[in-house]
Amino acid sequence: MHALANPARFRRLAEALTPWLAGAGLLLVGTGLFIGLVLAPADYLQGQSVRIMYVHVPAAWLALGGYLGMALAALTARIWKHPVADVAVHAIAPVGATFAAVCLLTGSIWGRPTWGTWWQWDGRLTSMLLLFFLYLGVIALLSAWDDRAQGARAAGLLAIVGTINLPIIKFSVEWWNTLHQPASIRLSGSSIHAAMLQPLLISAIGFALLFAAAVFMRMRAILAEQQREARLRRRAVAA
Amino acid sequence: MTARTSSASLRSAKRQRLLLGILALAALLAAGVIALFALQDRATFFYSPSDLASRPPAPTAEVRLGGLVKEGSVVRRPDGLTLDFVVTDLARETRVSYSGLVPDLFREGQGVVATGRLAPDGHFEARELLARHDENYMPPEVAQALQKSGAMPHEAAR
Repeated sequence: MHALANPARFRRLAEALTPWLAGAGLLLVGTGLFIGLVLAPADYLQGQSVRIMYVHVPAAWLALGGYLGMALAALTARIWKHPVADVAVHAIAPVGATFAAVCLLTGSIWGRPTWGTWWQWDGRLTSMLLLFFLYLGVIALLSAWDDRAQGARAAGLLAIVGTINLPIIKFSVEWWNTLHQPASIRLSGSSIHAAMLQPLLISAIGFALLFAAAVFMRMRAILAEQQREARLRRRAVAA
Repeated sequence: MTARTSSASLRSAKRQRLLLGILALAALLAAGVIALFALQDRATFFYSPSDLASRPPAPTAEVRLGGLVKEGSVVRRPDGLTLDFVVTDLARETRVSYSGLVPDLFREGQGVVATGRLAPDGHFEARELLARHDENYMPPEVAQALQKSGAMPHEAAR
């Protein structure tokens, strides 16, 4: 943690890691989606529309995981004043929002033929939409003040408060009657047939690596921008 | 102020922020739990036949009824549009009538959510019919094999 608090050292590490993360991510997503979309069997009830799962489920997992990471970064920034942590919040928010949007859109496209509706206000769907709005709120707050530090403080607070939504999303399908089905993959095992589970896990790992690559690229860009601003300010003071 | 005392005060400021952070998270968690308890009844998407029997809704209120379509219960009326079937949660049953388009996944033994009103005679007049999917995903051959052996997992009535 302390070693990474040096922005220059962090940038070097991120620069070295990004091509590996992106390359491995693309390879795994390509493999997972090829198996899932072409080779894997259709479902006995849903037919071909089951294949949306290979994008929908990784998008949902990463939208949730990304939010947890963003909130932990916000907490780290508030308590330990870690200089790179605020940058991480800033970098994760739009990537996580994108994954949440993909999850909602693919879910809607799947829901139409399967359930017979694009959208219903059930516990799982509503709490997932709330997660998307929380991401948008964090993004909006980040740039709502001229003073960057003030925006980071407000956005970090919202990110931390919003974590209460994560267990609600996870357990909504167990606490309440919902239209959305309960979890298929649990600690006790999976109720997805192996021929479908395998491509799902491959593409999920691939999407996770792509998520990390995108976050690292954004963090480097934000750090470079901050450095440029600091340099301009120094020059203005000197002049 | 010497360097030593300033680093000590920095450490205690850090500890104070950590303590405040933990307290804030605890308060947040408590607020969330209280809100969830208050939501318990209202956040449900549908009622089961048992729920309808124990707490019948007002005759004018539109509610959702969910459960499994009972095997062998689906009958199409001569008008070709209206379906009669029974929704069960494996404890109680409710008769349902619905006329309109049926989702692809609607079939006997599958989960279903009907929106409508409870008629005075105790049967449920559905205005909208949605299919539910359960958490089981498998290829058709596997489903056939499981059906043959009688080990087909069924959605538990929730």
